[in-house]
Amino acid sequence: MADHDSVYDGLLGSDDSQWAFGTDFEDPLAGVDTTIPSGADASTLGAYCLMLGDDALVYAHRLSEWTSRAPDLEDDIALANIALDLLGQARLLLARAAAADPGLVPELPADSPVPPEDALAFFRDEDAFRNVRFVEPDNGDFAVTIVRLLVFSTYRLALLQRLVSSTDAVLSAIAAKGVNEVTYHRDYAGRWFLTLAQGTDESRRRLLAALDIVWPLHDELFRAHPIEHRAAEQGVGVDPASVADEVDVLLEQVFGVSAVERPQVQPSGAVSGGTGRDGRHTEAMGRLLAEMQVVARAHPSGRW
Amino acid sequence: MSAVVTAREVAASVTDPELPMLTLEDLGVLRDVRVEDGTVVVTITPTYSGCPAMATMRDDLVHRLHDHGWDDVHVRVSLSPPWSSDWITEHGRQALAEHGISPPGRAPQAPTVINLLPPRRPVTCPRCSGGEVELISEFGATACKAMYRCTACLEPFDHVKEI
Repeated sequence: MADHDSVYDGLLGSDDSQWAFGTDFEDPLAGVDTTIPSGADASTLGAYCLMLGDDALVYAHRLSEWTSRAPDLEDDIALANIALDLLGQARLLLARAAAADPGLVPELPADSPVPPEDALAFFRDEDAFRNVRFVEPDNGDFAVTIVRLLVFSTYRLALLQRLVSSTDAVLSAIAAKGVNEVTYHRDYAGRWFLTLAQGTDESRRRLLAALDIVWPLHDELFRAHPIEHRAAEQGVGVDPASVADEVDVLLEQVFGVSAVERPQVQPSGAVSGGTGRDGRHTEAMGRLLAEMQVVARAHPSGRW
Repeated sequence: MSAVVTAREVAASVTDPELPMLTLEDLGVLRDVRVEDGTVVVTITPTYSGCPAMATMRDDLVHRLHDHGWDDVHVRVSLSPPWSSDWITEHGRQALAEHGISPPGRAPQAPTVINLLPPRRPVTCPRCSGGEVELISEFGATACKAMYRCTACLEPFDHVKEI
């Protein structure tokens, strides 16, 4: 009998793979060479990976809220799968951030079994998160979710395609896997965008309303933070401003086929001079983190 | 040398937790097995970044090798090159089809435009071999599968996605 024939097998005895903070490898980068590439500094690489990892983590959590609530079973499964892919990317990126700069990882009780990437995910406060604000807001209706997913996956795919050439071998490998995954996400969102635009009067009305809801945070995606600038100069990262034109062209193609105009709305302003990459977030972020972190924070030394 | 072959044979016979008709070797996730000073070092690669089956694969590899007398087993993850459905062996493709799951075609080249039409794949129904099928969803019960329906026999079935 194969071990996995019974899901209860691993719960008995002292198998340490079955503990509270995930059931995967102790170190997702085990056996991967995590040497800092020449020309890059560890703190820039760590901070940059944190940004990419937080984008994926926060958006994965947001998308996972659709589970059991999507318009039909197929889309429930699709959105859960997309969230899972992003969660996997987040895990690798946060592990990379922690390996590059251990100073990023919050301190936990000495007996805590929490690995560094989980400490980053569950034990940082809101102002330590470096994700773009674009991924934080509530899902809204299905049209809002689709518009946000189309813009985000087009942006992320453009970034990941360039990050395959990162001088950091780990980031390059994570990006190469991510390209294959996010291509499916982008196509899924693109098809639904067209379907909603050409569907009923109601679906089109909702899609147009969704564009106005999503767009104010769009510009922030392409505004480089000093860390992103430095990461690009050092050869490990990509300046997001450099993908703006490509993303624009791709989105215009979808808009054209869908007979939709690019929204004309004011971009959301900075908060106290900062945006998501500075740790300044929208009101929705606190509630999202509360739900995501509450169990882990209640049991910082927990095993089960 | 024969010990290496044995450890490799044991590792190669471990099956995938989500596609149990496939061995890890059939699926193409088993990248390397070597014995270094009595320690078996097995290298596997995830199909998708968030593949939740990695820990189970690791445990299964360790337990199978323990059963065959290898006490010291180390399982490593390799991220590069990324897994491709092209790595599923011919034997694995046959096993999938025999179990009602449509095997993947050739992995696509990196696209530049957003594909707004449903992907066209030369998929045949694994039950009745009919070629008239329709895509139900690009996402299925696991990260690596899409859902199809045969319009001849009306049976729904899984298709392992090209990646």
